[in-house]
Amino acid sequence: MEEQPAQALIDARDLVKIYQMGSVQVCALCGVSLQVQRGEMLAIMGASGSGKSTLLNILGCLDTPTRGRYYLDGISVAEMNDDQLAYVRGRKIGFVFQNFNLLPRATALENVELPLIYSGVAPHKRRELALAALEAVGLADRMRHRPNELSGGQQQRVAIARAIVNQPAIILADEPTGNLDSRSGEEIMAIFQRLNAERGITIILVTHEHDIARHAQRIVRIADGRIVDDRPVTSLAYATAAT
Amino acid sequence: MPLLESIRIALNALAVNKLRAALTMLGIIIGVGAVIALLSVGYGFEEYIAQQFSGLGSNLLFVFPGQLEPGSSPIRRTGQRVQPLTLGDAEAIADPFQVSGVVAVAAEYSRNGTIVRGSRELSTYIIGAPPQYQSVRNFNLTLGEFINQEHVNARSRVAVLGAQPAERLFDEGEYPIGQTVKLNDIPFRVIGVLEEKGGGPFGNQDNIVIIPISTAQTRLFRAPVVRGELAVSLIFIQTVSQDVMDVVADQVTEILRERHRISFRDDDDFSIISQSDLIKVFGDFTAVFTIVLGAIAGISLVVGGIGIMNIMLVSVTERTREIGIRKAVGARRRDILLQFLVEAVVLALIGGAQGVVFGYACSVLVTQLAGINTIVRLEAILLATIFSAAVGLFFGIYPATRAASLNPIDALRYE
Repeated sequence: MEEQPAQALIDARDLVKIYQMGSVQVCALCGVSLQVQRGEMLAIMGASGSGKSTLLNILGCLDTPTRGRYYLDGISVAEMNDDQLAYVRGRKIGFVFQNFNLLPRATALENVELPLIYSGVAPHKRRELALAALEAVGLADRMRHRPNELSGGQQQRVAIARAIVNQPAIILADEPTGNLDSRSGEEIMAIFQRLNAERGITIILVTHEHDIARHAQRIVRIADGRIVDDRPVTSLAYATAAT
Repeated sequence: MPLLESIRIALNALAVNKLRAALTMLGIIIGVGAVIALLSVGYGFEEYIAQQFSGLGSNLLFVFPGQLEPGSSPIRRTGQRVQPLTLGDAEAIADPFQVSGVVAVAAEYSRNGTIVRGSRELSTYIIGAPPQYQSVRNFNLTLGEFINQEHVNARSRVAVLGAQPAERLFDEGEYPIGQTVKLNDIPFRVIGVLEEKGGGPFGNQDNIVIIPISTAQTRLFRAPVVRGELAVSLIFIQTVSQDVMDVVADQVTEILRERHRISFRDDDDFSIISQSDLIKVFGDFTAVFTIVLGAIAGISLVVGGIGIMNIMLVSVTERTREIGIRKAVGARRRDILLQFLVEAVVLALIGGAQGVVFGYACSVLVTQLAGINTIVRLEAILLATIFSAAVGLFFGIYPATRAASLNPIDALRYE
């Protein structure tokens, strides 16, 4: 775990994000450096307002840092424009959100197809890939259902299928179990672990639940816009985290 | 993202709120329908006018007193000392030694008047005319005979009735020939009835009464005397062919200038107009009429476009989260822009297509109910369709730009 390959999947250095709130400048991230290797499963923990969402947005190329450098898969992202960021999001990153963020009027299959539309995949190929992704999360039999006909856990599995359909290098999950009961949450975490183990997809979870975080291999803690703790998950680490 | 894909997405999005889409389209339907219907009325009017002119007689030149301003309607005349045309002018034009290429010349002296028979009365247009007037103006008789030279020489009180006075003053089955009617209180004997002809550039060609020109000039009205000759209102010249019209017009101009003693610097105090000139002048007028109608209808199309903009803005706000999701999974600005633009244009085009049908139906209805001639031209349909697409595009740009420039983070958080 300690050896550093030549190129990390995520290599962020001294990320600073400053928001202008009226006349006051608020520092949401105050110099965060983070390296994530290919195939890692990482949990980012922190209280609300700690800057973990800001970090996730920047890592997910939804936002750019005020200062600092960010290399994603060797590509410098920090100075990209909106369209370039969209391109990177569509091909390198899969998002899973706390509130699922599925299109309410589209079927499960159509929701999963969505990223493929924007990466220019031909319609028949799209269907094939989307179906394969739904099979991977065990929902192929629900492909014709709309989100409101699915349980929360099922909706989140559709969202995971959507996240993996483009074969991204990384999945960013923002409180993926936050709206789920603990059993569904465990199922979701099992899927993440399987995707990580079988497909080698790098997974970054943001959570404030220790039970969820311990499914990861490494936990990064953030407070006040800085990383305060970064260590692999061991039973000991879990024990200290629990106190 | 391919266009076909965008259209599919747009149709799906519109299908979600069918009532709203239908109401928005209604604005465009009414706009396009109004454009099609009103243009059809305009075109119908143009065609009607053109038809009337061609029914006037063939190879005709008209000589009016006074000058017509170029480009204006032939009713307006500039008022420099205008000498009326006279019988002598008409005779000079008819003289084959002075003007060649002329088949017939017919002067008329005409005024408004009333025709009375018993208790029935009608305001009409009384035309004093020579015998050759019948062939020059293409009048056919249903009954009796036309004015002849003897009538003119004797200044007889005889009258040929147009179709309308004949119909209004006589009951069906009544035989008008030989009956007496009063024109401006003077009794006349009916000698003929004209065939129905329809309206024309000089007004209704059926509500007329034709009497001998000499009778009109001296017995019924008091025609002014100029240079020792009786004045006439208008001279018709029928030429042998279309080709000689310009030559004839030049010769006539020369003779009339000489007769009216117009010095070489001054403008003509008369105007010679060919049938095609008249058609052109009226054509210009009716074209303006058509354009005005189209423009009025166009305003309602613009209002419909504002409706589209309004509904698209609402739609963008409602679908903020959808936009966020699409952006998160890789949609670029232009993908979102295209999606909403296509939606606006699809809305406008579907409305436009329905508007074409609606406008067509309206024009048919106008023809059937009001008897107004209407013509739906392909160019009107194309114009309205292209215009409605352009309206959709124009009024879709602002909402689509707003959608495209949404920040994905804020959009995803939007409740």
